[in-house]
Amino acid sequence: MAEPRVMDIKDQPGFRTIAIICLLVLYVPVLILMIFSLNSGSLVTHWEGVTLGWYGTAFLNEEFHAAARNTLIISVTATIVSTICATLAAIGMTRVKPWRGLAAAFMVINLPLMVPEIITAVATLSFFALIAGVFGLNFGIGNLILAHTVFCIPFAYMPIRARLEDMDLTLEYAAADLYATPWSAFRRITLPLLVPGIMSGAALAFIVSFDDFTITQLVAGPGQTTLPLYIWNQIRRPMTPEINAISTILLMVSILFVSVSFLIARRRAK
Amino acid sequence: MGIAFENQLAAPQLPSRPAYGDNQTGTHLPERAGSLNGVIVPEQPGKNAIEVRGVRKVFGTGENQVAALDTVSVSIRENEFFTLLGPSGCGKTTLLRLIAGFDFPTAGEILLHGQDIAPLPPFKRPVNTVFQSYALFPHMTVAQNIGFGLEMLGKARAEIEARVAQMLKLVKMEALKARRTSEISGGQQQRVALARALAPQPKVLLLDEPLSALDYKLRKEMQIELKRLQHETGITFIFVTHDQEEALTMSDRIAVMSAGKILQVGTPRDIYDRPAERFVADFIGETNFLPGTVVSKQAGVATVKFASSATISAGYPEGFDPTGEVTLVVRPEHADLVPDPAKGTIAGTLANIVYFGTDTHYHVKLDGGGENFIVRHQNSRSSPVTYATGAKVGIQFEEDAARVLKD
Repeated sequence: MAEPRVMDIKDQPGFRTIAIICLLVLYVPVLILMIFSLNSGSLVTHWEGVTLGWYGTAFLNEEFHAAARNTLIISVTATIVSTICATLAAIGMTRVKPWRGLAAAFMVINLPLMVPEIITAVATLSFFALIAGVFGLNFGIGNLILAHTVFCIPFAYMPIRARLEDMDLTLEYAAADLYATPWSAFRRITLPLLVPGIMSGAALAFIVSFDDFTITQLVAGPGQTTLPLYIWNQIRRPMTPEINAISTILLMVSILFVSVSFLIARRRAK
Repeated sequence: MGIAFENQLAAPQLPSRPAYGDNQTGTHLPERAGSLNGVIVPEQPGKNAIEVRGVRKVFGTGENQVAALDTVSVSIRENEFFTLLGPSGCGKTTLLRLIAGFDFPTAGEILLHGQDIAPLPPFKRPVNTVFQSYALFPHMTVAQNIGFGLEMLGKARAEIEARVAQMLKLVKMEALKARRTSEISGGQQQRVALARALAPQPKVLLLDEPLSALDYKLRKEMQIELKRLQHETGITFIFVTHDQEEALTMSDRIAVMSAGKILQVGTPRDIYDRPAERFVADFIGETNFLPGTVVSKQAGVATVKFASSATISAGYPEGFDPTGEVTLVVRPEHADLVPDPAKGTIAGTLANIVYFGTDTHYHVKLDGGGENFIVRHQNSRSSPVTYATGAKVGIQFEEDAARVLKD
């Protein structure tokens, strides 16, 4: 065999073994969870046979419906609002003359990614408690939407900004050269070319909001149970494969959105 | 004068010429007199399409200030193919961007038919650009790209379609009008970029090194194509390039730029045969530099003595007063080899012979030392004399071949 020209990590001893162990650790638990959603018995540890019954039970479960409805209201609203904010922020930070504090603004937008989530959760809880106490204000499910919107912004912001930075500025010059006012140039050139970034950002924001637990758990009031909270409440009781079925549905929704985000990103790279 | 101006611009296959003044559609009223959708209509047509007056452009602040353009003045005539030629970083693209409106000058005026356009944003200038990268809109078809400028001017749909069809024909791209710009070749993209910039019938077309991305053969084709388009449309072209050959073959006039200044403006022949400065002679074509001493001078002609004590008369540019030690420049094709060293103005030994197909370069090591002198000899089917390396030879100059230039 010819000597390799450059180092190839695949040729290192044990590479294959380590890779397989990593993959197993990552995916075997998820796989077991999914398999037991098909268990005809009522235990999540003892296999008895195959059934789709638990999915039927889940779909008829009123509490599950309520939780799914809450989740969708919160996630969809937070996704739309945070994507709009992120788009404006990204344009304001790439299509401007460099200004003092640009780096600081960038940090402020991305800070929620670095602050431990439990801290954000406690802070958000205290904030809502404060405005409820001082001003007597309670936005109901609006509290959750607001909290989700805030932590979704940096996730939506990143792909949008990346897309703007990739975009050839000459295109905007060309539009101006061809008599497009700044607004027309934005509407006809920048925005259509930004759409894949915006879609990708929105998809990310949606999954982050969809499966948020920590912040939601602290902020949610009565009747504001979301799907992750519902699952959490269920596993404190004797568990049935219904939970596995619900978890699998959640997983599928997440995978769908990640795939959409990935496919859009791949299309734009062409 | 106004009528004559319109006629002069009218190209045979481009009817409805008065693009900016007319408003046949009736649906889009001009915002104010003398404008269409805010794009100015120059009101005093004059001989000069563009006049650049004392323009300075400084980038950076404080100690990091760099003058990209150092008080540049130049007039570009109506219907002219004008080239800004210089090495990278000489300020040629900066000047083009100032005319296009992508940057504003630090000082000075830019007049378009007598009207100062320097403070106007690009979308109010009747000037269009062909970008080096073409900058075609990737989410639009070829036809949509070409129609974009007209659409932004608020033209009626029927008029846009008619003009786009004309432009597609002009650049021979009718067959590909429905394609995305990513689905066509580089040369085709180049044609679309040209059509897109010509469609709104600008007063001046700016071209920023548009041929540099093409391979040699395609570049040659596009050079001829560009000359044809300029001729057919009658639009003033301002062409930026660092390729001296391209500049010489295509231009009516050339401005040679270096370090933010314009060194010389003239026809290709002026620039090549009568360079004003050493930089111009060196940058354009090949040149031999010979040291000598001025003995006397009279009416623009100096008598210069070489180390070998031979003398030669050489012209020099106006406003330059050569004295003492000077450098003479001689083009390689303006010199000739003679077999007898005594018959040449200067003499040396043949160091190298390089065959180029169309011509042969003889590198002569001069008796007085210094750089090798190159003589270019055009090859014919029956070259009368053959030389061998190592032979002693003389070099003769054609009349007016040598010039004394400012360093």
